[in-house]
Amino acid sequence: MAETATVSNSEPAEATPRGQAAEAPGRVIAELQDVWKSYGEIVALYGLDLQIHAGEVLGLLGPNGAGKTTTVNLLLGLARPLQGTVQVFGRKPNEPQSRMHVGAMLQISAVPQTLRIVELIELFSSYYPDPLPIEETVRIAGLEGLEKRPFGELSGGQRQRVLFALSICGDPELLYLDEPTTGLDVEARRGLWAQIRKFVDRGRSVVLTTHYLEEADALADRIVLLNEGRSIAEGTPAEIKARVQGRRIRCRTRLHSYEIEGIPGITQVQEIDGVTEILTPRAEPIVRELLMRDADLSDLEVLGAALDDAFLALTNPDKEAA
Amino acid sequence: MTAPAATVTQPRSLPRIFALEAKYEFLKLLRMPAYAIPTVTFPLLFYVFFGLAFGSGRMAGLVSMPTYLLGTYGAFGVIGASLFGFGVGVAIERGQGWMLLKRATPMPPLAYFTAKIFMALTFSLIVVLGLFTLGALFGGVVMPTLTWISLAAVLVAGALPFCAFGLALGYLCGPNSAPAIVNLLYLPMAFLSGLWIPIQVLPRILQKLAPMLPPYHFSQLALAQVGAASGPAAWVSILYLVVFTAASLGLAYIAFRRDEGKTYG
Repeated sequence: MAETATVSNSEPAEATPRGQAAEAPGRVIAELQDVWKSYGEIVALYGLDLQIHAGEVLGLLGPNGAGKTTTVNLLLGLARPLQGTVQVFGRKPNEPQSRMHVGAMLQISAVPQTLRIVELIELFSSYYPDPLPIEETVRIAGLEGLEKRPFGELSGGQRQRVLFALSICGDPELLYLDEPTTGLDVEARRGLWAQIRKFVDRGRSVVLTTHYLEEADALADRIVLLNEGRSIAEGTPAEIKARVQGRRIRCRTRLHSYEIEGIPGITQVQEIDGVTEILTPRAEPIVRELLMRDADLSDLEVLGAALDDAFLALTNPDKEAA
Repeated sequence: MTAPAATVTQPRSLPRIFALEAKYEFLKLLRMPAYAIPTVTFPLLFYVFFGLAFGSGRMAGLVSMPTYLLGTYGAFGVIGASLFGFGVGVAIERGQGWMLLKRATPMPPLAYFTAKIFMALTFSLIVVLGLFTLGALFGGVVMPTLTWISLAAVLVAGALPFCAFGLALGYLCGPNSAPAIVNLLYLPMAFLSGLWIPIQVLPRILQKLAPMLPPYHFSQLALAQVGAASGPAAWVSILYLVVFTAASLGLAYIAFRRDEGKTYG
């Protein structure tokens, strides 16, 4: 717990994508401000703040019970916060005017089994002011040739692609994907990622929840880590991966952050209360370099990943699939 | 990818949403043998067994058995179409998450419920027309045209209170238990209200209890069209059904709110 607290109290380095087409963060199109939510005795969110910017793919990463689905349901106006405000396109999320511009792929088990894919898409497209042509929705979702099939006859992967098709058919400006690949095998998962990328290429905003780090890494520009109803870290996929998979070096040193940043192999440096914390994939070469530059360095510690083991176990999909 | 500016898309229009909802609700049920076959064939089959096989008996003095049972099996069929289409349908779609997914869209909620009511009325009409055909062809039922029409109208309109009741059950029951609960209410209520065999044939104690049950009042209104009502004045039955409808809608609303608070799966 002490470790997670450290991460959440730190000021995360500005989350500008590196090594990719870095765009300035767009305007805020949806946000949660100090949102609390509980279901009976169970508190699902503890004062969560979250902003979604135009054009970004935001990954909400966390284990089951972290509050990811609750966050999506609040953003969709399917649940009301106990306290705090939720706004989507400057409106309440349950207003039809805001729902016209969003699409959602939820964790649901089935849609009417006897309706055909093209019929389901036609029905959902009718709800939106400016939907995609049905053939375009079918193409993006990779459902060509299956249009006449009833939902009940589809495989698990195909069903997820239909739910994806229903979420994008209105050509939403903001798309929510709630654990889109849970329960799929590796091949089907990668297939759906390809469909999701085709939609993201249209320049729309996406909120993706997942408990697979690999999935957030593959799709998101920015990741917010949720655990037990709180945001515990935020950053680019590279930064989050370093936290989850790499090492943390803590020490007291007279070296300035900008000096340390120059050492190759460092993901992030920050100083909190006189203690310098360095994130890196491999600690040994960095420690050697630090001791060479500052012989008086003290209180040296090398720690494992910043997030607890239970969390890590959940963020590696291929172990589960193998 | 470029925006599909050149391609024609259908913009949002409320009449189109309502029409598509109704169309696909109908196709969905029609292709679902577990709904369409029992809903349509059971009342017809029972009518053949009890109404036509019993043949020429006379009820309430003047009316032939096949004529009398047109009213009661008509009510039986209409109640079934309403309770199963609405009650079981809502419970299952709630369980699947289909309803949650629709609530997340800008679909007007009224479109969903209107489509379900429309379908209950359509299947009710199918059952009623089937019964009328059997009665006229094989039961020797002869009535003035206006009587046929008023009987059909009362029977189909009787779907509405039971749609409301079905809605309440749909929100109260789980998706797996809904079919069993609906059957446990539907079949005994139908029997005790005199829908299977005429109320006059039931033991006296059951005859006394029957006026407590909604299907009894519905069937009495239908029987009044053929001059075979044995119960209270029509306005009493109408009032009873109006109160029953209002209570069902209130219950459905309470259950809906309770359900809304729970959805987080």
